[in-house]
Amino acid sequence: MDIFMILAEAARSAVGPIAAIYALAAVGLNLHFGYTGLLNFGQVGFMLVGAYGVGISVAVFDLPVAVGFLVGLGCAVVLALLLGIPTLRLRADYLAITTIAAAEVLRLVYRAGFAEPLTKGVYGLQNLSSGFREVNPFDAGGRYGVGAITFTGNQMWLMTVTWGLVALFLLITWLLIHSPWGRVIKGIREDEDAVRSLGKNVFAYKMQALVLGGLIGALAGAMLAVHQGAIQPDQFKPQVTFFLWVILLLGGAGRVFGPVLGSMAFWFLMSFTDGFLKGLGREGLLPFLSGPDYGAIQLAFAGLMLVLLIVFRPQGLIGDRKEMLINVK
Amino acid sequence: MRTRLVTVLLALITAFLVIPGAAATADEQGGESLHGQIGQPDDRDQGVEGIGITVFQGDDEIEAVTTDSDGIWEVELPEPGTYRVVVDQESVPSEYAVRETALLVDGEAEVEVESNDRRMLIVVLTEAGAAAEEEAETEAAEEGGEATPTDAEEAPSDDEAVEVEGVSGGFGERFVQLSAAGVLFGLVIAVSAIGLSLIFGTTQIINFSHGDMVTFGAMMALLFSSGAAGMGNSLLAIFAGLGVAILLGAFMEGRLGRTTLIVLQWSSVLGGIALATALGVLGDDIGWRVPLWAAAAIAVVMGAVLGGTMERYLWRPLRKRNVALIQMFIVSIGVALVLRHVILVLFGANRTRYAGYQVQELVHIGPVSMPPRDLVIIAVAVVVLVLVACLLQFTRIGKAMRAVSDNRDLAESSGIDVDRVTLYVWLLGGGLASLGGVLFGLNQVVDYEMGFRLLLLMFAAVILGGLGTAYGAMVGGLAVGLVAMLSTLWFPAQLMNAWALALMILMLLLRPQGLLGSRERVG
Repeated sequence: MDIFMILAEAARSAVGPIAAIYALAAVGLNLHFGYTGLLNFGQVGFMLVGAYGVGISVAVFDLPVAVGFLVGLGCAVVLALLLGIPTLRLRADYLAITTIAAAEVLRLVYRAGFAEPLTKGVYGLQNLSSGFREVNPFDAGGRYGVGAITFTGNQMWLMTVTWGLVALFLLITWLLIHSPWGRVIKGIREDEDAVRSLGKNVFAYKMQALVLGGLIGALAGAMLAVHQGAIQPDQFKPQVTFFLWVILLLGGAGRVFGPVLGSMAFWFLMSFTDGFLKGLGREGLLPFLSGPDYGAIQLAFAGLMLVLLIVFRPQGLIGDRKEMLINVK
Repeated sequence: MRTRLVTVLLALITAFLVIPGAAATADEQGGESLHGQIGQPDDRDQGVEGIGITVFQGDDEIEAVTTDSDGIWEVELPEPGTYRVVVDQESVPSEYAVRETALLVDGEAEVEVESNDRRMLIVVLTEAGAAAEEEAETEAAEEGGEATPTDAEEAPSDDEAVEVEGVSGGFGERFVQLSAAGVLFGLVIAVSAIGLSLIFGTTQIINFSHGDMVTFGAMMALLFSSGAAGMGNSLLAIFAGLGVAILLGAFMEGRLGRTTLIVLQWSSVLGGIALATALGVLGDDIGWRVPLWAAAAIAVVMGAVLGGTMERYLWRPLRKRNVALIQMFIVSIGVALVLRHVILVLFGANRTRYAGYQVQELVHIGPVSMPPRDLVIIAVAVVVLVLVACLLQFTRIGKAMRAVSDNRDLAESSGIDVDRVTLYVWLLGGGLASLGGVLFGLNQVVDYEMGFRLLLLMFAAVILGGLGTAYGAMVGGLAVGLVAMLSTLWFPAQLMNAWALALMILMLLLRPQGLLGSRERVG
C-alpha cells in the first residue's frame, strides 16, 4: 500500500471538480442555514432542477448550454417560491421535513414513467457536456497539474469555471452579509420576533435568502450535469443534502469561507478513507469486507462525522461557537 | 461526559468490526472500468448467465466478456474516453430480448468514461415479444394514467412503488381492493410511526433515525428466521449486554450506589461485547433458526434495546449538555446514516423476502381478496394498536407518557420521573418500529433502504395526525396509507409516495397542528 499515492489522490479530490461543485452548493446552504437559520434539507432538490434544466434543454431540445443554465436557474426560482410560500411561516423543524419531502417528490416525479419524454425516466439524460467543452481553452487531451496530482484539460476547464463561480459567490456573500440586508437576516437567525418588532418583513427576507441560496444550489447542479455529461434522477437522493450539511458544519456555518474549507476537508477525508480501506483490502487485512462495503463504510463514516461534529465542535473548523449555540425555534 | 460518549461510540464501532460479516475477498478497483448486472425481467436479483458483451474503442476491441452466474460483467478499460459497448444479441436466451433505451440502441451503446470512473451500464432484458406490448402499455399509461400497479411493476427498477397483489377488474372492484391494501399499508405505517410521534412529544426530538430502526427490526427478523449463525449470536450477545445495562439503570438507580451502578452497567456492556467476540470467533458452529413469529419477537426486543440504548447513551447526555433541538435533529440524521450503512455492510444490498410466505392462495372475503399473510398483518397491527391505546389510556406509565408529552416541565414538577418515562417511550418506540419493520417486510421486500422509504411516509402520518400525539399517528397513518394506495387508481404507481407527501405539505398549509393536534402557535 502506497500511502503517498493515497494522500496524493485525496489531495486531488480535495481540489477536484466534485469538491468544487459541492462547495458551490454548500455556499447556497450556508446562506440558508448559516446566516438566515433556515433548515433547508432539500438543497438537492435545487441541484436536481438545475441539472435537469441543463439536461432537458441540451439533450431534448438541442438548445445551447447557456440557455440550459438559464432554464435551470429559472426553475430554481420557481421551486424556491413554491417551497417558501407555504413553509417559511412555520417552525424551523417543519421546514426541514417539508423541504426533504419536496426534494424527494421532485426526484420521484423526474424518474416517473409519465415524465419519460422529457427526463428519460430512471435512465436519465446523456451527452450533455459537448457544448461546454467546445469553449474549453485547455487542451482536452493534455494533462495539467503538479507531480502526482494531474487533471485532464476538460476537468481543468470545469474546475476553473466552478471554482470561479465559488469565488464569485463568496464575494457576493461577503458583500451581502456586510450590508444592511445581511444584518437583518442574521438578526432573523438570532431572534425572529425581535426583528419583526423592528418593523422588518421577516417573511420577505427569508424568501429572498431562500431564492438566492437555491439559485446557487441550482448552479451547482448545472455544473454537475456538464461535469458528468449524464444525469440520472437517482443520483439526487437525500444523501447529497446530508453530505452538504456535513460540509457546511465541518467548515463552519455562518462563515464566508466555511463551505469551501468544509468541502475540501470533506472530500479529502472521503477519498482518503476510500483509498486507505481499499489499500488495506488489497493487503488482505480486511477479509470480511467486499468491494461495495467500502462505499457503505464511507457513508457510515460521514454520518459519524456529523454526530461527532455536532456534539464536540458545533462551530466546525473556523466557525464561531457563540454563533452556533443559538436555539433556532 | 465527553470521554464517556467517545468510549461508547468506539466500543460500538469495535463491536461491529469484530462481528464477522459475509466472507468475501476484497476485489481491487482502480482505474477506469465499465460494469453492470443483467437480471431476469421478472426478478432482477436473478442474474442471467452467459450473455456476451464486447467493448470497442473506435474499431479496436478492448475485451469481450460474458456475464457470470449472477449476471455480473465487468471490463477494465485502458484509459478514459468514449467506448462502444455491444451486447451480443445471439447469446441472449431466446425467451428474452434486450430492452431498447435512449442509450442502448440495437444492442449497442456509446458511453463516455471519465478518468477513475467505474461506470455502470444498465442493460435490461424483457420477455421476448413483450417489448412491443410494453410500449403500448406505456402509451396507455401516459394517455389515461390508468395503468394498474401490476403494469407499473414492469417498469424499470420501480423500488419506489409498493406492490399490491391481486388487483384487477373494474373500477369498483379495484377501488375496494386498493382500499383494503391502503388500510393494510396505513396500519403498518401507524405501528411504526407511534414511536416517532411519542418520542417527539416527550423529547421534542425529530428522530430521523426512526426509519432505520424499522429496517433494523426487519433485518433482525430475517436474520433469525433464516438461520442465525455467528453474526446473529454476536448481535444477540451485544444487545443482551446493552439491555441488561439499561434495565439496571432503570430499576436500580437510587437503590445501588452510583459507582456500583456504573461499574455494573459497564461490565454488562463489555461482557456483552466480549461474549460477542467469542461467539464471532466460534462463527457458524452454533447455528440455529426459529420460525418467523419467534424471530419477530426477538427483533422487537432488540429494537426496544436499540431505542433504549440510543436514549440512555446518546440523547440523555446530549439533553444534559443543553444541546439545541436543531443540533439534535442533525445528530439523528448522522445516527441514521451510521445505522443504515452498518446494516448495509452486515447484510448486503440484496432485496430479500421472508421465506415461506410468498406464494399463497388468495382468501376471498366479500369483494376483497388477500393472501392470508396480509390478513395476519392486519390482525397483528390492529391488536398492537389497541394494546398501545390501552397502555396509554389506562396504565400508570401510559398516563405518565401522555403527561410528559403534553408538558414536560409540568409533568416533572408534579413528581413524574421524566427521564425514566422518556426511556420507556424510547423502548416502546424502538420495539414498535421493529414490529412495523417486520410487518412491512412481510408485505413487501426487506432491503437496507426500506426504512428510509417508509420514514417520509411516517413523517407525513405524524404531521397529518398532529406531531406528538399517539392517536394522531394512528389516524394519520391510515390516511396516508389510503391516499397512497388509492392514488394509483388514477395516477402512476411510481408516484404514490409523492401523493402522500403532497398531502402532508397541504396539511401544513391548512392546519399545521394536524388533525388531532392542539392549537398552539407553530408558525
